[in-house]
Amino acid sequence: MREIKYAEALREALAEEMRRDERVFVFGEDVELGYAFTVCKGLIDEFGPERVFDTPICEQTIVGVAVGSSMMGMRPVPEIQFCDLLPLCMDQICNQAAKLRYMSGGQVSFPLVVRSPAGRWGGFAAQHSQTLDAWFMNVPGLKVAVPATPYDAKGLLKAAIRDEDPVLFIERKLLYQIPGPVPEEEYIVSFGEARTHREGSDLTIVAIGRMVGIALEASEVLEREGVTATVLDPRTLIPLDKKAILESVTKTHRAVIVEEGPKTGGVGGEIAALIAEEVLDSLDAPIRRIAALDAPIPFNSALEDSVFPNAHRVVEVVRDLMSF
Amino acid sequence: MSEIRKISESRLRELYKRLLMVRRFEEKVDELFRKGKIYGTVHVSVGQEAVAVGVAEALRADDLVIATHRGHGHCLMRGADPRLMMAELLGKATGLCGGKGGSMHIVDAKRGMLGAMGIVGEGMPIAAGVGLALKMQKREQVCVCFFGDNASNGGPFHESLNVSALWKLPVVFVCENNLYGLSVPLKKTSAVEDIAVQAKAYDIPGIVVDGMDVLAVYDEARKAVRRARRGKGPSLLECKTYRFLGHSRGDPAYGPYRSKEELVAWKKRDPLLVINKDGRLSPEDVKEVEKEVSEMIEQAVRYAEKSPEPDAGTVLEDIYVQERCSPS
Ligand SMILES: Cc1ncc(C[n+]2csc(CCOP(=O)(O)OP(=O)(O)O)c2C)c(N)n1
Repeated sequence: MREIKYAEALREALAEEMRRDERVFVFGEDVELGYAFTVCKGLIDEFGPERVFDTPICEQTIVGVAVGSSMMGMRPVPEIQFCDLLPLCMDQICNQAAKLRYMSGGQVSFPLVVRSPAGRWGGFAAQHSQTLDAWFMNVPGLKVAVPATPYDAKGLLKAAIRDEDPVLFIERKLLYQIPGPVPEEEYIVSFGEARTHREGSDLTIVAIGRMVGIALEASEVLEREGVTATVLDPRTLIPLDKKAILESVTKTHRAVIVEEGPKTGGVGGEIAALIAEEVLDSLDAPIRRIAALDAPIPFNSALEDSVFPNAHRVVEVVRDLMSF
Repeated sequence: MSEIRKISESRLRELYKRLLMVRRFEEKVDELFRKGKIYGTVHVSVGQEAVAVGVAEALRADDLVIATHRGHGHCLMRGADPRLMMAELLGKATGLCGGKGGSMHIVDAKRGMLGAMGIVGEGMPIAAGVGLALKMQKREQVCVCFFGDNASNGGPFHESLNVSALWKLPVVFVCENNLYGLSVPLKKTSAVEDIAVQAKAYDIPGIVVDGMDVLAVYDEARKAVRRARRGKGPSLLECKTYRFLGHSRGDPAYGPYRSKEELVAWKKRDPLLVINKDGRLSPEDVKEVEKEVSEMIEQAVRYAEKSPEPDAGTVLEDIYVQERCSPS
């Protein structure tokens, strides 16, 4: 199969959906030239400035415009340049897009997709390196996708654009330039369906976003030590594929969750609680969460390194778990 | 004198009726709230009716409205059924939103009442989005966005005016300047006395109008709507008005933050008096209209009170269009 980069896969998804459905349009800061992460680059050549356009720097209104236009039957896909800026438009995402349908008793709906990159970039410090996935898991009415591979990025974005509900599509800066296999022919990745990247019998590693690669790296090291891990990526946090997680843990009897955001109040806490609530009896060892330290992301690269999870930490935690 | 003053007797009577409809509806809501029949909170617009009625008069049936937490009048003026509205305020299954929205979020999408926003100012970017969709879809409709004076102090006001002006969106921003945001007077919250002057910053028309005079509001709204419909872009219409009752939850009309004298002075300019200052409506007309409206409101209350509570199972409905949740 051909290999393309994550950013290219996203661009293909946008282009294909724009070709398929003339209601789809993209806008945001610097999207005409495709800054800052190149996803929208070149789209304007095919689709013109009416469907690919720059906005002022006003995140709240960028998303508000998506809310209003989606309610009118359009399919807006705004880009919020860094996920650290999502708090600026949190009201429009959480209070408006995710709530107005419910409050109206189902009279209106909001088929919009807010795309935004999260996570480490390298030296971008505390206001441009955050991973805010967990903040948005607490919002009924919203759907949240976090693709880890070019294949999933494309398939999930196409599904998100076709979805009738508001979707927050959280990408990863450090994945944009990573290639992976993506079929030429059209496909969709449904929301709420986890992907098993590898199967093993000794433990389940649930990994999200960029951490999928780290979990896979760790599991290769572990395999040489005779420990085989299942690596499972939920791909969408809302809806969450609880069934896949629980089934896997029931088979392997051990669970580790790896995420790029801080541990406290994180995605891992939610998944760990789910496992504890539903299948505690099948566990042979405590559940472990591996996450970023509860610190703002520092500028210095060594400090920055120490904040984020890496394969080495995953291996250590698993070795410890296997001693139970 | 504006040419609008020449409207026919029958039209004048109709406008009077609409003003009275909003007035009686709101008074009833206030009463029901005080009796404990309405749960939560209500924000009524008694005294401000000329804005909702005057703006609605300038709209076509297919135009669209984004309203505020004080949105009963806007919803009624889109032609919503008062019975279904009252049922919603009582939280009933038959309510416009099935009892899930209530007073602050009264919506009647079929009639172009797209949303009533509980978060101050946040309807404004959404209205810009509605306007953008209308423009992209090459439809000749217009979106009116109501907001309060205090909403003009937040970011969404400026952001939305900027993009709407920049992209020439068919939106009319209507400020209902009732001089207070909760208990805080405009003097303490806004650096300018006339919110309309801020339109200058975005190179669009900013018009101050007497918000107690339904014909004056209609007159200016008509111009702004025409401009929007012709693709010339947004306007900012500021209606100077006053609420005769408290901010919400049945709080008092005066004291501690407003004086009785101020209230009395504004009541001399009651929209129901101003519309008939030339005496074109006879006392018989007025009486007749009063009777029609009272019956309509009583009917609405009866309908709402008789309506069933929502089924408990509906609590998990309407969260998503496509549920697609995990098969847990
Ligand atoms: C962003 C936000 N802040 C605070 C509130 C609480 N609140 C509800 S109404 C209101 C006053 C609004 O004043 P104004 O915009 O002038 O409208 P009015 O109530 O006078 O119609 C406030 C502060 C809110 N709903 N939203």
